[in-house]
Amino acid sequence: MKTRRFVLTFPPEEVERPYVYRLVKEYDIKPNILRATINPQDVGHMVIELNGKEHSIEKALEFLRNQGVRIEPLGQEIRMNEERCIQCGACVGFCPTGALDHERPSMKVVFDEDKCVACELCLKACLTRAMEGHFE
Amino acid sequence: MAKTIAEINERIRAGKAVVVTGEEMVSIVRTEGTAKAAEKVDVVTTGTFGPMCSSGAYFNFGHATPRMKASKVWLNDVEAYAGLAAVDAYIGATQLIEGDSANSRYPGEFVYGGGHVIQDLVARKKVHLRATSYGTDCYPNKEVDTWITLDDLNEAVLFNPRNCYQNYAVSVNHSDRSICTYMGQLKPRMGNAYYCSAGCLSPLLNDPFYRTLGLGTRIWLGGGEGYIVWQGTQHSPGTPRDENGIPRSPAGTMAVMGDLKGMSPEWLAGVSLRGYGVSLAVGIGVAIPVLDEDLARTTGLGDEDLCAPVVEYSELYPGNKPQPYGSVSYAQLKTGAIEVQGKRVPVASLSSYPGAVRIASELKERVSRGDFMLVEPVFTLPGPDSGIEFKPLPQRGPDGI
Repeated sequence: MKTRRFVLTFPPEEVERPYVYRLVKEYDIKPNILRATINPQDVGHMVIELNGKEHSIEKALEFLRNQGVRIEPLGQEIRMNEERCIQCGACVGFCPTGALDHERPSMKVVFDEDKCVACELCLKACLTRAMEGHFE
Repeated sequence: MAKTIAEINERIRAGKAVVVTGEEMVSIVRTEGTAKAAEKVDVVTTGTFGPMCSSGAYFNFGHATPRMKASKVWLNDVEAYAGLAAVDAYIGATQLIEGDSANSRYPGEFVYGGGHVIQDLVARKKVHLRATSYGTDCYPNKEVDTWITLDDLNEAVLFNPRNCYQNYAVSVNHSDRSICTYMGQLKPRMGNAYYCSAGCLSPLLNDPFYRTLGLGTRIWLGGGEGYIVWQGTQHSPGTPRDENGIPRSPAGTMAVMGDLKGMSPEWLAGVSLRGYGVSLAVGIGVAIPVLDEDLARTTGLGDEDLCAPVVEYSELYPGNKPQPYGSVSYAQLKTGAIEVQGKRVPVASLSSYPGAVRIASELKERVSRGDFMLVEPVFTLPGPDSGIEFKPLPQRGPDGI
């Protein structure tokens, strides 16, 4: 079983189709929608985590591509600029997944990229603007 | 047998002084007791690194030709107060950039202000200095516009009217909407909490009655050397205290100063508080002489013994209303969650504990090496007997009614 994350871009004519349902039903994939901006008759964006057999994921991606959905792997979008970070903890108070947390007992602020879902809440919380992110 | 600061300095010069950090002192007092600890330990170093809004720097930028009496001064478009002599001005940490939209499109981002200017100056970056004047006969110049660095300035003195607030609050929000405060962005219905203190390393939690601290006390400030010069604003030593002598709510403060040119941008960091404003995170270290058993006792207090008050910020703090939520210990705060009226509230810190640890450790090295002598203050900060308290503002007309 593999878990991979993607940024999907849906053309306007495809946003109202139930793609995630088909990923589950036809490709036996466990989806986890991390973020989505979907409006009728507009380009749609979705950050999605797919969990399933490797070849099922490949087939599912091929299906989506054939429907005109653009697919990009989710790179590590959020980075901590260690030179700007003052190790306070303002971000820890905001991170919903625990990707940013205090190491105890030192109380150092540590960033676990694997837990990050690129929600960007930390960018808004950081006192010294040490969290940097790009989302396309 | 009590020690004096002079005796401790002698031991430092002889290379015999026993210097430990606040964290180490907690273990020593726990295992050996206060009497032995008082005998054995000479100096306890403390540290803290967090946002301290009542901070700023005064500076003299020298005369252009022809000379000018500056009435308005800006550094990187952040106004500095120029109501002093011709080319003297003061830049405050919370001053916004000229034209900043602040919270008009709520919440404002406050990306740059006085605190950031101070950090940029200390980092030796080029800073845009503009000044205007109404012109006088002896100072006819009406405008200057130039780029300077810290070393071009004559004096550049960090002068902070209030730092190191003793035992600051733990912030919570019990309303139905998120709020943005100087104590962090708070989620509704006690969704989260923030504290801002170094706990067992906090200077004024180690010497809670200010027995060894006052005018002239040498401190580690912003990476360089500084001094305590006065009580800080809002100094309130008479605040009720617990059985350990620790104030149950914010109490003492100190005013500090030091040469900005000897400091480091690592320890004077401009800070953006979303929806609130800008500020400056200041690193401070204080070396406490262990003169007697009572000081061994207070420097030996650990995070389990030190409690901070929980303060509600949406309604009770703004309205000056009584706070019903009690206190929590620093040990509980550092676990990442506290209990407030039966509810589990996740909590994080706005003060950098790793920074405090580094400061206390660096200060320990400097004192041990004889690079940092302790000072007998001219007078100690006013204690509970002084009758000083932080009063509210009277609201009255010119007739006194």
